[in-house]
Amino acid sequence: MDYENAEKILQVKHLKQYFNVGKADEVRAVDDISFDIYKGETFGLVGESGSGKTTTGRAIIHLYEPTSGEILFDGKNVDSFTSKQDQHDFRQEMQMIFQDPYASLNPRMKVKDIVAEGIDINHLAKDDADRTKKVEDLLETVGLNKDHSSRYPHEFSGGQRQRIGIARALAVNPKFVIADEPISALDVSIQAQVVNLMKKLQREQGLTYLFIAHDLSMVKYISDRIGVMHYGRMLEIADADEIYAHPLHDYTKSLLSAVPVPDPEFERTREEIAYDGSGENDGKERHLVEISPRHWVRAADDEVALYKQRAEEASLIQK
Amino acid sequence: MDNEKDILEVRNLQVNFKTYAGDVKAIRNVNLDLRKGETLAIVGESGSGKSVTTRTIMGLNATNADIVSGSILYKGQDLLKKSEKEMQAIRGQDIAEIFQDPMTSLDPTMRIGRQIAEPLMVHKGMKKEKALAQALEMMKLVGITDAENRINDYPHQFSGGMRQRIVIAIALINYPEVLIADEPTTALDVTIQAQILNLMKELQDKISTSIIFITHDLGVVAGMADRVAVMYAGKIVEYGTVDEIFYNPKHPYTWGLLSSMPTLDSSGDSLPSIPGTPPDLLDPPTGDAFAARNAYALKIDTEKEPPFFKVSDTHYAATWLLHPDAPKVTPPTQIVERQKKYAKMQKDWLASQKASTPIEEEEEQQ
Repeated sequence: MDYENAEKILQVKHLKQYFNVGKADEVRAVDDISFDIYKGETFGLVGESGSGKTTTGRAIIHLYEPTSGEILFDGKNVDSFTSKQDQHDFRQEMQMIFQDPYASLNPRMKVKDIVAEGIDINHLAKDDADRTKKVEDLLETVGLNKDHSSRYPHEFSGGQRQRIGIARALAVNPKFVIADEPISALDVSIQAQVVNLMKKLQREQGLTYLFIAHDLSMVKYISDRIGVMHYGRMLEIADADEIYAHPLHDYTKSLLSAVPVPDPEFERTREEIAYDGSGENDGKERHLVEISPRHWVRAADDEVALYKQRAEEASLIQK
Repeated sequence: MDNEKDILEVRNLQVNFKTYAGDVKAIRNVNLDLRKGETLAIVGESGSGKSVTTRTIMGLNATNADIVSGSILYKGQDLLKKSEKEMQAIRGQDIAEIFQDPMTSLDPTMRIGRQIAEPLMVHKGMKKEKALAQALEMMKLVGITDAENRINDYPHQFSGGMRQRIVIAIALINYPEVLIADEPTTALDVTIQAQILNLMKELQDKISTSIIFITHDLGVVAGMADRVAVMYAGKIVEYGTVDEIFYNPKHPYTWGLLSSMPTLDSSGDSLPSIPGTPPDLLDPPTGDAFAARNAYALKIDTEKEPPFFKVSDTHYAATWLLHPDAPKVTPPTQIVERQKKYAKMQKDWLASQKASTPIEEEEEQQ
């Protein structure tokens, strides 16, 4: 990707998303994170359960009111849409593919009505014939048969259902798609089918993806850049290849060292790196620092030198 | 394949499920051996029959299951001939299972110490105090921190990883001969998964349990298994040692499974994927069930079922491609690379064996 001339489609600035604010059980699900997503790229968000990656995705598509911070989509603050029209446009431009293909499709609706719901709401079809054609085209795009349109979700397998979910998201011609663990519920062989489909659609339609997942090898495969989250904070952002080859933050190193690799010889010699998260809460002020070009690490002022040194050792930067 | 060290032998197992639509042929003639102290991994897609196989071993199938034929020999006794009462004495005592979902496999209303101690009280008739003391030891063994204070907590007070440790503690408390682990880490994060897998390996070393490990994560298989059986559509299509399956697979379905997983250094525009979906087992196809999705399918695959062909003493695959008359095919690139790596590993190993003596001499001279 050419990042020199790339246009930012999404800017997240100091986003905080707290739940039960002010109560004893206050949860800081997302705690002051900032990142940008460029037009046409796939940004992968990884982290363990409870790290806040799903909350981040939901805050971006405005399913929550952020506690503080800003989310700019195409330069406009998604939290300050006043007119119905603005909200309407936003919902059309940003879509979501959900994790569970069994729970995210209404069992009482036919596939054609599920896919066409967005078309109807946004008045994208001229008449019934146009609506039918649009639905059939979409089903074909995602690799389903157009005869499937009058069936119900229970008649499909997991992989096929996830394709229906993708067709539904694409029906309103979005620019930006949030995919929250879109393949976790699928079998290995079917995962590859869905990932290939998503990549193909991105090429053809110039989509931008926010891809949320905990399967690190699949995230690396599909993403251009990756952000690593832990305890509601963004710890490291870098190009996908670089973050895997040269992780700078201890947590990223630990996370990567735990990924099982389908290679017995590698597994026999694998060493896991333990991570002690207590250092993160020592009260020091930390924020993302650009250690080497486009490689950001969350660091306190006195830790920058350490990360710079690591980057030098990995020859990411010259002395 | 009669081996004295086999602790469990599954022979010609066929299981159907009676449904309104007809009989679903879930297990179609499966043979398995489990040796003392080894880990056997069963891999395959959902619906391939992995879990039905182990549930049949445990005698835990749904009531509409019909065991058409076969035998399951545990230390020479056929488990399929046992009454429910006799099976109850074996389950949790000789053969135990770690279930997939730590969120639903514990009793939410029972204190965890009591849940871990229950198998001791049921199977060994142990008094409550003594059983709880042993439960405490087991909690420490599986790494539950602050066990003394947590023994009276309820499951909802623990995280997913800790709950899975509790499930493991329950399964291991009677030191079972055979442990069935059905996707024990699928619901967990990678870091927690690594801890649980290490724990299982450590415990296996300590009490030399034999493990049947079911998973669809080939990365986990590579790290855990001694031997691997690949299942497809209710049959085992290939089995061998972990190295043979990962570095020298012979069945096109194994090729597809291995290629469709991205490794950390995969790149390129599309991942190789297995097209289509598994067959309907209400009416399994004639011949090789994988033929419809198999780019390497031969004409005979749709007509006649392939028998097992021997690759090595430990490695067998059911594909016509291994027949002497079959045309030579080149497997997918990723598989060829794996075979190359294997060849190199074996060469290095041989070289190191030969080299080891002179090196020692050199050291002595120094």
